Amino acid sequence: MTLDAVRTLDVDPLLDDPKTRIVVCCGSGGVGKTTTAAALGLRAAERGRKVVVLTIDPARRLAQSMGIDSLDNTPRQVKGIDESAGGELHAMMLDMKRTFDEIVEAHANGDRARQILENPFYQSLSAGFAGTQEYMAMEKLGQLRSRDQWDLIVVDTPPSRSALDFLDAPKRLGSFLDGKLIRVLMAPAKMGGRAGMKFLNVGMSMMTGALGKLLGGQLLQDVQTFVAAMDTMFGGFRTRADATYRLLQAPGTAFLVVAAPERDALREAAYFVERLAAEDMPLAGLVLNRVHGSGAARLSAERALAAAENLDAENLDESRIVDQDGGKAGVRNSPETPADSAKSAASDRSSHNPGPSAGSESPDEGSPASDRTDGNDGTNRPAEQPAEQLTTLTGGLLRLHAERMQLLAREQRTRDRFTALHPEVAVTEVAALPGDVHDIAGLRAIGDRLAAGEGPTGAA
Amino acid sequence: MSRLQVVSGKGGTGKTTVAAALALALATEGKRTLLVEVEGRQGIAQLFETEALPYEERKIAVAPGGGEVYALAIDPELALLDYLQMFYKMGGAGRALKKLGAIDFATTIAPGLRDVLLTGKACEAVRRKDKRGRFVYDYVVMDAPPTGRITRFLNVNDEVAGLAKIGPIHNQAQAVMRVIKSPETEVHLVTLLEEMPVQETADGIGELRAAQLPVGRIMVNMVRPALLDEASLELAQSVPRTALAKTLSSAGLGGARRGGLAERLVGPLLEQAEEYAERYALERDQRAVLAELGLPLHELPLLTEGMDLAGLYRLSTELRKQGIS
Ligand SMILES: Nc1ncnc2c1ncn2[C@@H]1O[C@H](COP(=O)(O)OP(=O)(O)OP(=O)(O)O)[C@@H](O)[C@H]1O
Ligand SMILES: Nc1ncnc2c1ncn2[C@@H]1O[C@H](COP(=O)(O)OP(=O)(O)OP(=O)(O)O)[C@@H](O)[C@H]1O
Ligand SMILES: [Mg+2]
Ligand SMILES: [Mg+2]
Repeated sequence: MTLDAVRTLDVDPLLDDPKTRIVVCCGSGGVGKTTTAAALGLRAAERGRKVVVLTIDPARRLAQSMGIDSLDNTPRQVKGIDESAGGELHAMMLDMKRTFDEIVEAHANGDRARQILENPFYQSLSAGFAGTQEYMAMEKLGQLRSRDQWDLIVVDTPPSRSALDFLDAPKRLGSFLDGKLIRVLMAPAKMGGRAGMKFLNVGMSMMTGALGKLLGGQLLQDVQTFVAAMDTMFGGFRTRADATYRLLQAPGTAFLVVAAPERDALREAAYFVERLAAEDMPLAGLVLNRVHGSGAARLSAERALAAAENLDAENLDESRIVDQDGGKAGVRNSPETPADSAKSAASDRSSHNPGPSAGSESPDEGSPASDRTDGNDGTNRPAEQPAEQLTTLTGGLLRLHAERMQLLAREQRTRDRFTALHPEVAVTEVAALPGDVHDIAGLRAIGDRLAAGEGPTGAA
Repeated sequence: MSRLQVVSGKGGTGKTTVAAALALALATEGKRTLLVEVEGRQGIAQLFETEALPYEERKIAVAPGGGEVYALAIDPELALLDYLQMFYKMGGAGRALKKLGAIDFATTIAPGLRDVLLTGKACEAVRRKDKRGRFVYDYVVMDAPPTGRITRFLNVNDEVAGLAKIGPIHNQAQAVMRVIKSPETEVHLVTLLEEMPVQETADGIGELRAAQLPVGRIMVNMVRPALLDEASLELAQSVPRTALAKTLSSAGLGGARRGGLAERLVGPLLEQAEEYAERYALERDQRAVLAELGLPLHELPLLTEGMDLAGLYRLSTELRKQGIS
């Protein structure tokens, strides 16, 4: 029911298709890009493909479990996976500075390479300012692809400052390289140092003058030496950046936008979808990660709360026999369908908290359950404790359920808003696991959910 | 409280939200705070439900008690042009540099300069005085870059001193560092009770301290209410299903016999309790890790209905209750 009018993203056919050569997982910060990339890689490998996963800043324990916790910038084969279908999983963690250094080493001879590597401007640039990580990720992807050693490359993307920096970085580099600035910067070196300056036209020398004033002479000089030393390499940078960009547009590439079912995350996901379309990048679909479900979705939030209140009353005055009000409430509520009741529960915006009495602000709204037991502590008669504890537990379970149902309804609303905006985008949902995902088994569980397409049990 | 409040934390943990709540909390009666954004994402405008902020300080809210909150989205490009004009009367050159791509270069590609400009503007607001010699803003709250970049961002001086050894950028960087490394500044870290953000917080504090930057408080955000206490969690492990079904039934949830509604609820409800228990244990571990760090801790509740202006005010009231103002 959740994905009624929505296209379901079928992950397995995508992973199995030999024509799929690159899968890119993008999305805003913290939504599960790295986890999704690793889970997809594992799944594809266990289904028989030879896969490499390029991760960026994976969580420490996840990296350890894949055996890539030491940064050496080359893919390592991951052990402990099921290779019976003939696949393999390799994984690596991007070392941005190393990647940059390697390019320099590969394209400049000894002396010149050293000159660049030691340039303070280069050192700052390569250690990670705006866009370097994005650019290096794309550079690494290009390298992996050109080795043609794997059937499938799964790429993670950096938690960017703004949405699609990894697409913009090569362009920014390109416009820098094409721009007039670089000619100004290179002019003195090309014309033989300072002496050359006087041959520059007045406009240009005014520019370098202004730049010098702004940056300080020293820095300008460093930049100029850097640019001059890199001169021969710029062509290559640019060619490769263009090639990688085209690779991303090619039919063998599939983009997956990962998002959490939260307003902001989905707003950003919508932006991603639009940007990818504008750039002619092939979008396979949306991964809605950390979605919640409930095995008891038939019980609405209000009804659960009403029942919990009945139990409170019981607990306050144990001698009173429970009247049959609850039963009537049940009858009144029962015709509701689960989704409807969930919706109405959450659309009741007047009550922020699933507190026991909607009208009166109770002082203990933070932790109703624990407060209640505290209140009863002193008066306990040993014989009654179990029964009382049981009612407390049951009340707690019901409040927990109400909270879950409200969350479900909220997630559903956000999701509906997205699908209304982009009905063409295929979606798959991944249930939120209660704990972190930090081992192969966890990745496998995520992979199963990715492939199941549907929402978590009970959400439908 | 120090006059420059820098709010960092792992991406998505609530830096923008907490910075805004803090700006509101500090704007007690008669006080004025400035909330600055440095990442060009217009997060503040979104949060306060106003149109995009221009590069200009403007009043966006009145805090409970009557203090005022101003906001500014610092645009590095405009800050640079501003700066050229102010110090060198190079407005025209600025335009030419822009056409050349040099401004773009300086604010996006050239290392450090962007950060000098951003922190420079914030520090200028911290130091600014009115005609009568009083500070224009009692507090400046910065919605800063995430933990991974914060030390580098604030430590522009070291970075830039190695690059621009003389010249205006160098001088500017020095002036900035004088504010940032003084007791006038505090860096707070926002985290969730989850493994990765907590780990990042611990690492970030280590880095900040190593760079002699003043670490302030830890803001634990999106804290969920405790719905089951320890005793209940324990009982949930051993409770006979029939007893639970009966209690559910007595609460008005249908039949407790096999196939009855109450009976069918038992399994799923216990499953949810199990998930809750797992999360609860994780959160307890993370709380312990945070406590080890020896910094003041604040906890802000998860607003289950999502964030809006009312919610933001609620968080700011919460901060005041916890002694921030
Ligand atoms: N479906 C899930 N259920 C439970 N936990 C999850 C799920 N998906 C991801 N996580 C957890 O969420 C955290 C963030 O995930 P991950 O590192 O994959 O995000 P990311 O998008 O790569 O983040 P960043 O933008 O910082 O790179 C991790 O601790 C991970 O274990
Ligand atoms: N206490 C809270 N309760 C509920 N939702 C919250 C809370 N704090 C923040 N949020 C929500 O969490 C999301 C992330 O918050 P916010 O934008 O403040 O984080 P951020 O750290 O600034 O993110 P980014 O790294 O992307 O800049 C937003 O949707 C926000 O509304
Ligand atoms: Mg990641
Ligand atoms: Mg933010």
